[in-house]
Amino acid sequence: MEDLVLWSRAQFALTAIYHWLFVPLTLGLGIIIGVMETIYYRTKNEQWKTITKFWMRLFGVNFAIGVATGLILEFQFGTNWSNYSWFVGDIFGAPLAIEGILAFFMEATFIAIMFFGWNKVSKGFHLASTWLTVFGASISALWILIANAWMQFPTGMSFNPDTVRNEMTDFWAVALSPIAINKFFHTVTSCWVVGSAACIGVSAWFLLKKQHIEFAKKSIKIAAIVGLAGIALTIYTGDGSAYQVAQKQPMKLAAMEGLYKGQTQAPLVAFGILKPHEKAMQDIENPSYFNIGIPYALSFLSYRDINAYVPGITDLLNGGYPTQDGSKELSAKEKMESGKKAIQALADYKKAKKAGNEYETQKQLRILNDNYSNFGYGFIKDESELIPNVAITFYAFRFMVIFGSFFILMFIVITYLIGKKKPFENYKWFLWLCILCIPLAYMVSQSGWIVAEMGRQPWVIQDLMPTSAAISALSSSSVATTFIIFCVLFTVLLIAELSIMFKQIKKGF
Amino acid sequence: MDYNFFIQYWWFIISLLGAILVFLLFVQGGQTLIPQLGKTEIEKTMMVNSIGRKWEFTFTTLVTFGGAFFAAFPLFYSTSFGGAYWVWMIILFCFIIQAVSFEFRKKENNFLGEKTYNTFLLINGFLGTFLLGVAVGTFFTGSEFVVNKENITNPFMPVISQWTNPLHGLEALANPRNLLLGLVVLFLSRTLGLLYFINNINDQTIQERAKKTLKLCGTMFVVLFVTFLAVTLLSDGFAVDKQTGIVSMQEYKYFNNLIEMPVISGLLLTGVILVLYGLIKTMFAKTMFKKGIWFAGIGTVLAVLSLFLNAGYNNTAYYPSTFNPQSSLTIYNSSSSLFTLRVISIVSLIIPFVLAYIFYAWRKMDKVSITKEEMQGDQHKY
Ligand code: HDD
Ligand code: HEM
Ligand code: HEM
Repeated sequence: MEDLVLWSRAQFALTAIYHWLFVPLTLGLGIIIGVMETIYYRTKNEQWKTITKFWMRLFGVNFAIGVATGLILEFQFGTNWSNYSWFVGDIFGAPLAIEGILAFFMEATFIAIMFFGWNKVSKGFHLASTWLTVFGASISALWILIANAWMQFPTGMSFNPDTVRNEMTDFWAVALSPIAINKFFHTVTSCWVVGSAACIGVSAWFLLKKQHIEFAKKSIKIAAIVGLAGIALTIYTGDGSAYQVAQKQPMKLAAMEGLYKGQTQAPLVAFGILKPHEKAMQDIENPSYFNIGIPYALSFLSYRDINAYVPGITDLLNGGYPTQDGSKELSAKEKMESGKKAIQALADYKKAKKAGNEYETQKQLRILNDNYSNFGYGFIKDESELIPNVAITFYAFRFMVIFGSFFILMFIVITYLIGKKKPFENYKWFLWLCILCIPLAYMVSQSGWIVAEMGRQPWVIQDLMPTSAAISALSSSSVATTFIIFCVLFTVLLIAELSIMFKQIKKGF
Repeated sequence: MDYNFFIQYWWFIISLLGAILVFLLFVQGGQTLIPQLGKTEIEKTMMVNSIGRKWEFTFTTLVTFGGAFFAAFPLFYSTSFGGAYWVWMIILFCFIIQAVSFEFRKKENNFLGEKTYNTFLLINGFLGTFLLGVAVGTFFTGSEFVVNKENITNPFMPVISQWTNPLHGLEALANPRNLLLGLVVLFLSRTLGLLYFINNINDQTIQERAKKTLKLCGTMFVVLFVTFLAVTLLSDGFAVDKQTGIVSMQEYKYFNNLIEMPVISGLLLTGVILVLYGLIKTMFAKTMFKKGIWFAGIGTVLAVLSLFLNAGYNNTAYYPSTFNPQSSLTIYNSSSSLFTLRVISIVSLIIPFVLAYIFYAWRKMDKVSITKEEMQGDQHKY
């Protein structure tokens, strides 16, 4: 079963990471194209039409493969996370259905007009179609992120022992959960950063080659502005994300910071090198070889109070520290006990109900309800399972924040240079830097998901269901086989996509 | 409105989405016809672009069908997809390769070469439709699985739905009735593809060829469909006792359902008549009859809708287990909670609006049918 869980996780991570190679460009470049076509519509200047159409071609190539990789993610919840699909399907399915009805059809309908409608519909209708495509893609992001946020912070539901699943009780609590809203803005605006970086990088390449200078500079201008807006919002909402992680997923936060022992007035690690996990567990006061800290910053970031106590990994396992509401936090062992009680109570409840023993039924139900918030801990066999991979979470987080912040500098400089009409096409090294920013932006964006998803392990639904209990009953060799097929197929398609993209770029406007 | 109403309403929506999906498989059917109908490059290009502008809808309908099934009947999602793993995976692979093929096939430096993408389209067209039919066939013939929700209290093996056949879905291919439905769907999609080409492409040679092919293909479809219908209506079905929930085999269950639900038999009959009218008129009209796709398309939606409804309504188990009949899924024991069904029902009120803008957009785009001239221009094309 261990193997099966690992292969299922590997397959999900692989397919999600592939999907996320294409999604940011769809969302980011979409906005840029929308702005470009709006300018064309306003100015009637054919140059802008040419520019719009060039980026649209790249958009189309990327979009197709985004759709191809998205299909499998949706069905994978059934094929590989079958138990999950029953346990929370009552809540989790709704956003997926709504996404299909509200968003995917909008994308599919108007993208056809966007590509094929130039000579068939009026200019205004075409512009509207372009924006509706972008809008559709963004609401699709909204609903899938609501679904994802709910897994990190389950809310608006209650457990029904008769159907043995969680059932929705409050739709707005799910849809408007603060985690969901923040995640949506952080994710979507971060996609603008990626889209802008791509647009600027490609344009920089034209400038290096001294081709299409005017078109390239016009594109950079739009992209730099979208990028600047994007990065400002990304950083703002990124802070919001960290704050919420601290509230709802303290173990994730501890892993992000490599914090083994809790502190008040905790500093934020700007950069550091962690000792291997086992060593760090033995030396919790000094878990890193070296680090540069920003005093008080972690306490402030997490609780908006420089004196606040931030629990570390060992504290979270040992419990005993006072929580925000003043009560004492349970230790991992106690939570595991409580979880086992909940699971046993569910089994006994079922038995008593079948036997028609009303008194016993009610008694077990009470035990179940009292312990339900720790239900998932009942599946945990050893408390060490409760710690996510600290190193990956820690470095991925540093990578996102450090290189992410670098983009603000980048976009400011570009906006400044372009605005001044300075001939920055002469600074070759700077153009190369712009090109390098393309892969960098993608890596920053991927590391965000790695923080969010790796950092929450072992939970697939925070505290209620560990990933290992979410699986389908398959043989691990079946899943290994599909993993390999996906790996080969998606890699081949990615190569094809890149190869087509490069050719399209070479051909120019 | 009570719980039962919402459950039945959602079975209707799922059935409708399924029916629309089957109609939209004309894209897949069209893909299988390209080498056969297109003799020159420009003819092939016309056909690819004609269906290429619609493929997203089929795809999106498939996705939404999945999402809606998940939301309304999560136990089906967890039991069927996680159990009949291989059938679904192969279907998904068939659709993944389609999604890139239209956009990539003619592009320079496309790495795999145009031929490969054309092959992808053929695989999707033949295998994708056929396997979808086979998978839906199990709605009538049953599969081998057990559902035991108490498993969740066993931390060592908490999975509630367990497939008991080691082939994980491929065993469906051993049942001739499933194969029959697979062929029905394949030939239906080809038939609709032909009718669609006749309507959408303004080129006499292609239209003539399509008309000729239709005579054979359409007839094949009708024969296969009638056989499937007869076999199904004459076979035993999985009936649920309303009071106890016990599932047992009942003679002529699906036929009885038609008798007991006259509205559904009405739908079926109307659907069949419309399809036949569209087919026959197109096959035999003196001048080219281009509206066949409308009749056959609406007919298809009605007929498929009635079959899905037949499988789920009137105390029938729509996803039966032959291994353990008491594990069979009915629309009642596999549905979401009342609260969730209410929420998504409110969202579903938007569907007519979605259909309206799709219809509007299509009309705008298809006002001018595909011509050679357009394909020779420098517009975006596949
Ligand atoms: C924040 C954005 C975002 C995230 C986190 C995801 N997606 Fe996605 N998805 C999109 C944003 C998006 C998009 C931008 O709307 C896409 C990408 C390219 C495209 O064509 O639409 C898309 C396409 C897309 C499609 C094809 C839709 C069609 O037929 O047009 C499906 C089925 C999914 N996605 C499903 C998923 C699932 C099940 C995910 C999570 C497990 C997921 N996506 C994560
Ligand atoms: C597209 C952006 C996303 C990326 C790149 C991504 C990536 C990942 C990664 C790296 C893991 C961890 C793998 C592991 O440690 O085992 C994971 C797990 C998971 N993610 Fe995401 N994820 C994304 C979005 C989502 C969304 C939107 C959802 C839900 C709607 C989701 C649901 C899951 C689930 C169910 C798991 C648990 C399975 C597992 O552990 O692999 N993910 N994902
Ligand atoms: C510089 C300041 C930034 C901060 C403080 C920050 C903070 C965070 C945090 C705490 C998370 C985890 C949220 C969770 O686990 O639920 C996260 C996720 C993420 N970040 Fe950032 N981030 C920053 C910049 C960026 C940039 C520049 C990008 C991309 C260009 C980016 C892309 C992402 C993505 C895609 C996710 C996953 C989605 C999510 O969980 O919201 N971030 N970020």
